[in-house]
Amino acid sequence: MPVKDPHIIIQPEDTDKVYTTLNLGPTHPATHGIFQNILTMDGEIIIDAEQTVGYIHRAFEKIAEHRPYYQIKPLTDRMNYCSSPINNMGWDMTVEKLLGIKTNKKIDYMRIIIMELARITDHLICNSVIGVDSGALTGFTYVFQEREAIYEIYEEMCGARLTTNMGRIGGFERDFSAIAIKKLRELLKRLPDVLREFEKLLMRNRIFMDRTINVGGISAERALNYGFTGPNLRAAGVDYDVRVMNPYSSYNDFDFVIPVGTNGDTYDRFCVREEEMWQSIRLIENALENMPEGNYHVDVPGIFLPPKEDVYSKMEALIYHFKIVMGEIGVPPGEVYHAVEGGNGELGFYLVSDGGRKPYRLHFRRPCFIYYQAFPEMIRGSVLSDAILTMSSMNVIAGELDA
Amino acid sequence: MHDNKIPYNIVEPPEGFSSPGMFATRLDKVVGLARKNSIWPLPFATSCCGIEFMATMGAHYDLGRFGSERLSFSPRQADLLMVMGTIAKKMGPIVHQIYEQMAEPRWVIAVGACAATGGIFDTYSVLQGIDRVVPVDVYVPGCPPRPEQIIDGFMKIQDLVGNEPLRRRYSPEYRELLEKYGIR
Amino acid sequence: MDNRSDILVTLKERFGPDIISTDISGDMPSAIVSSKSLYDVIKFLKDAPETGYQFLTDLCGIHYPESELPLGIIYHLHNLRENRQIRIKAFVPLSKPEIETVTPLFNAANWMERETYDFYGIIFTGHPNLKRILNVEYLDFFPMRKEYPLEDPTREDKDNRFFGR
Repeated sequence: MPVKDPHIIIQPEDTDKVYTTLNLGPTHPATHGIFQNILTMDGEIIIDAEQTVGYIHRAFEKIAEHRPYYQIKPLTDRMNYCSSPINNMGWDMTVEKLLGIKTNKKIDYMRIIIMELARITDHLICNSVIGVDSGALTGFTYVFQEREAIYEIYEEMCGARLTTNMGRIGGFERDFSAIAIKKLRELLKRLPDVLREFEKLLMRNRIFMDRTINVGGISAERALNYGFTGPNLRAAGVDYDVRVMNPYSSYNDFDFVIPVGTNGDTYDRFCVREEEMWQSIRLIENALENMPEGNYHVDVPGIFLPPKEDVYSKMEALIYHFKIVMGEIGVPPGEVYHAVEGGNGELGFYLVSDGGRKPYRLHFRRPCFIYYQAFPEMIRGSVLSDAILTMSSMNVIAGELDA
Repeated sequence: MHDNKIPYNIVEPPEGFSSPGMFATRLDKVVGLARKNSIWPLPFATSCCGIEFMATMGAHYDLGRFGSERLSFSPRQADLLMVMGTIAKKMGPIVHQIYEQMAEPRWVIAVGACAATGGIFDTYSVLQGIDRVVPVDVYVPGCPPRPEQIIDGFMKIQDLVGNEPLRRRYSPEYRELLEKYGIR
Repeated sequence: MDNRSDILVTLKERFGPDIISTDISGDMPSAIVSSKSLYDVIKFLKDAPETGYQFLTDLCGIHYPESELPLGIIYHLHNLRENRQIRIKAFVPLSKPEIETVTPLFNAANWMERETYDFYGIIFTGHPNLKRILNVEYLDFFPMRKEYPLEDPTREDKDNRFFGR
């Protein structure tokens, strides 16, 4: 099997063949999410791909200009819905950066635990779906049991399974309950065995390796030019991780490894995500062991709802409660850009405020939207089944793509 | 079916006259019974509700026990169109096209707040409910609905399928309904 | 986060009056440049050996209806080797909202400029494929501009009185 060079473009004038057009349409079992690719094919080889996105454009940025700050969190949930707590925490941290609020260590460690759990769920879906697309459905059903366990932990913490709306600007609404910590510890005991079983199924499997090595590769220079971030960039060889480069939420207290691949093909992306899950387990264990004492929210009565007993008995608490619910929180005019390491890469929030109740402009830097542009270059010259595997290994989530 | 020694009920038999080697009932009841326990759904999963559907199909809340183990991604072979997730105006004609490609009898279930009424996205680009482009049988609210709710909606579809009169698809009211949506 | 204002001094020395204003008070150094010199500024930031901002983090638009040049384009650049970020803004008038594309420098800008065109109507001259990307093709207005409402004005089932609009 010759190695596919993604830079060779077959010119249509070179040959006098007839090219077929294949519509890998918006509803397709293999495209996880709705986006369309119109492929020009020469038999089985793909010559070019034309992409159409926007089939689930929900105008998040326009909605955000019409909602007060705490009502934007449910919107952020629905962007990368496989790991929604990361989006929530990112939004909280952006507004805290604009307001100049510093969170204490306990809040930071709680945020780390939740974000790493979300990262594990995102990578579990992506890797098991790579297995499904190459024919191994068993991994998917086994791994989804662990996702159910993580859903139970989320339910214990915030009440919802998938779109969590967790946390508040300035901390959390409640501390981790004893049941949540017990379930978390049980999960941490069970998860390594499940991951090892899943890896034994796929990672050194001859068929899987033949299907994924040297498929859909991209070099590090092209990846940087295309604005790749996250596991896709790290698989290409560049060790850029927002948690290490611009640490937020006390990530610099912890010692973890960034896995980096070599040729940026599908197998490297799979392995990078597997290894990141192991690192996330390590981070959660460390954060749980060393959880400091403290309050689960910062003392900013202008932003954070005061406890109900005070609202019914003290005058200032009642006034603050009224002002916050009516949306009159004092946000200074200014602009801020904050990025967190989402499941797919650098998820950025660019917030411009003019001092009012609602943001003047909110722009989401969505990693999926930016790296999906490189897909035609990655599949030029390969066959259709390789294109399907490349697409699922890039972990394109339609909610984040269109926003 | 009438052996009283079985402690559980496999399937509720329709009312009819039975005698050794023979069971007589109405045709539409038998056809309904057969159809409702082997619905082939088409999962039209667009966003977050799609992930909850994946959890419903998983081993924990198994949708396969209701007979819908075989998901069909081709509309020509599907009975039930499960629209899960937000449908934008760009996607509306595609839902319509997929519905037209399905063969009778066909049912539609709108899972989630976005498919039912547009959900929290009351914007210029989101279709405020898929019943603007296709006729819908069951609406499942929730954002996203829990798997138990999706299964409840599915069981309501099973009720509809089991009790459907045989000539419903040829009746003038049904024809009028399809006319309203522009479906030939 | 860095607040090194050296890069702004370098830019002012090299481009002079094209740098309309600079700001070091925020979370990263930012500069407003004139729209005709934008391509040269970005090229200098990317390719010059003393700068090295080789990663385009973000590109978005903004609309200030009251100001003289209402439509703005905002670029975030990142120097990965030394971990420095910079924000460049350029403003164009409503009557002629044109600016040169940076797609030859960064392939990542391709779709981001299409999205900005889709939302604000800013025309990027020299872009290989400037058409709408997220909205439907037949949409005849630019939705993110401040004069357009959020909701679809032609919908008849939701009564605005009950929805607090």
